[in-house]
Amino acid sequence: MTPANQSAPVLQARGLVKRYGHVTALAGVDLDLLPGEILAVIGDNGAGKSTLVKALSGALVPDGGEIRLDGRVVKFRGPGDARREGIETVYQDLAVAPAMTVAENLFLGREIRKAGLLGSVFRLLDKKRMLADAAAHMESLQIGIASMRQPVESLSGGQRQAVAVARSAFARHVVIMDEPTAALGVKESRMVLDLIRRVRDKGLPVIFISHNMPHVFDVADRIHIARLGKRVAVVSPGEISMAEAVAIMTGAI
Amino acid sequence: MLGQIGRDKGQGTRDKEHSAIGPVAALLLACAFFASQSDRFLTGQNFSLILQQVVVIGVIAIGQTLVVLTAGIDLSCGMVMALGSIVMSKAAVDLGVSSAAAIVCGVMTTVAFGLVNGALVTLIRLPSFIVTLGTLNIAFAITQIYSESQTVSGLPDGMLVLGDTFRAGDAAVTYGTVLMLTLYVLVWLALRETAVGRHVYAVGNNAEAARLMGIPTTRLILGVYTFAGLMYGIAALLAVARTGVGDPQAGQTDNLDSITAVVLGGTSLFGGRGVILGTLVGALIVGVFRNGLTLMGVASVYQILITGILVILAVATDQLSRRRSA
Repeated sequence: MTPANQSAPVLQARGLVKRYGHVTALAGVDLDLLPGEILAVIGDNGAGKSTLVKALSGALVPDGGEIRLDGRVVKFRGPGDARREGIETVYQDLAVAPAMTVAENLFLGREIRKAGLLGSVFRLLDKKRMLADAAAHMESLQIGIASMRQPVESLSGGQRQAVAVARSAFARHVVIMDEPTAALGVKESRMVLDLIRRVRDKGLPVIFISHNMPHVFDVADRIHIARLGKRVAVVSPGEISMAEAVAIMTGAI
Repeated sequence: MLGQIGRDKGQGTRDKEHSAIGPVAALLLACAFFASQSDRFLTGQNFSLILQQVVVIGVIAIGQTLVVLTAGIDLSCGMVMALGSIVMSKAAVDLGVSSAAAIVCGVMTTVAFGLVNGALVTLIRLPSFIVTLGTLNIAFAITQIYSESQTVSGLPDGMLVLGDTFRAGDAAVTYGTVLMLTLYVLVWLALRETAVGRHVYAVGNNAEAARLMGIPTTRLILGVYTFAGLMYGIAALLAVARTGVGDPQAGQTDNLDSITAVVLGGTSLFGGRGVILGTLVGALIVGVFRNGLTLMGVASVYQILITGILVILAVATDQLSRRRSA
């Protein structure tokens, strides 16, 4: 592998535009996500962070611009399209099915069917295998949830978010996390941040959107700063202070 | 560090037991009560009668359960069933088509109503409560207009097969009962063991999360309402086979009865929780109440009164127990 290949972006956005009536949420934004990095996206309210995330995860269709995955132009008409391309998203509001079990939530929308006719003709699920795979997956991420059979609603908020993050770690290409710590307490946030690092260490690049500067500076390898629907800077947390980042974000610099 | 947070063990199993044991206990209690009130209640003959009375509401309640699992409700079920039975009866008697063709006409009518309900709920995003309240009245009106409020009699034998009986011990069992039980087992398996079945629960649990996970929620909900329509069509055939006529006044208590069966069976009206076999028990409870009260000589208006109270009690109990455990 040549050095050029190593640094080629996994996910690229070029000139994304999204308008809602007279409001321009994205004014031609670019984004580059490199292999194996945590790219934080910060910006003031209205900077277009969540619109950008939704465009990248297929939850909305941009009016203009293009998205490239491994250099290839992709078009997402729904979250299912992005998912099929190997992009998984974690949402801040704990997007889980509370009455369903941990294993069911992990495999929701990507269920494994039994081998042979039972699976192909009768469409029966291989629950045993999903339970075993779920347990192994949680183990590999060091998430300590006692039983894969317990309903997600019996878990704490942090554990629920851990389930959501673990689900996203099934991604083949990219994980997007939209404010994953926003609804969590201090201790639980720490746990989820550790988990995000482990996801990256498995080799998956992560886009991490957050309002919380300490969290961003804690986990990010690079920081993408958004303002007024555009990218105004990409910085690395080692070479800039939080105050400076906030100044760029708000347009003071 | 994460390991320490892995507490609360086995809470899920408690919830499952709660939803399975409650309805069965209620059914046994109701049986015990009516057995103490009437000598005729605890006979094989009476039980086969209850089963025969339960088949129509039981099959309607399958469709109702699926709709309720997606966090919707179908108020039109009884009237759509009645329309289906009138359409198939008229087709056979007035148009003189074969039994099979007549049945297909009736079932297609109810499926079409299910499809319309589903389309209005998903594509135009209207609340299922209002949509089905509308189609309830539309189906009722069409039934009365088309039948001129007259019972359709003289049906061909081919349409009545499901009302025929075979002997099992000292009880006579109808083929309709066997069909109902088969449908319950099939739907139970589909809900438990297939991805589509799990997606029905996921949509009822958290529709937005399900959509974001790439589940085609619109198609799924549309499918559920249409499948419910199919169940109402089969229920229409069962109703015709049981009474031997197409009755425009049929189905009037079935809306409430099917919702009562679903709720008594432990399915949450807020969607995403419940077991279809619970609905079968719920339908049996409704059947036992109607049968037992009739044996006790309680007039039918009082039976409706009691069913009304029963459904509110069941929903209230369910809500209170959930609130306490939450």
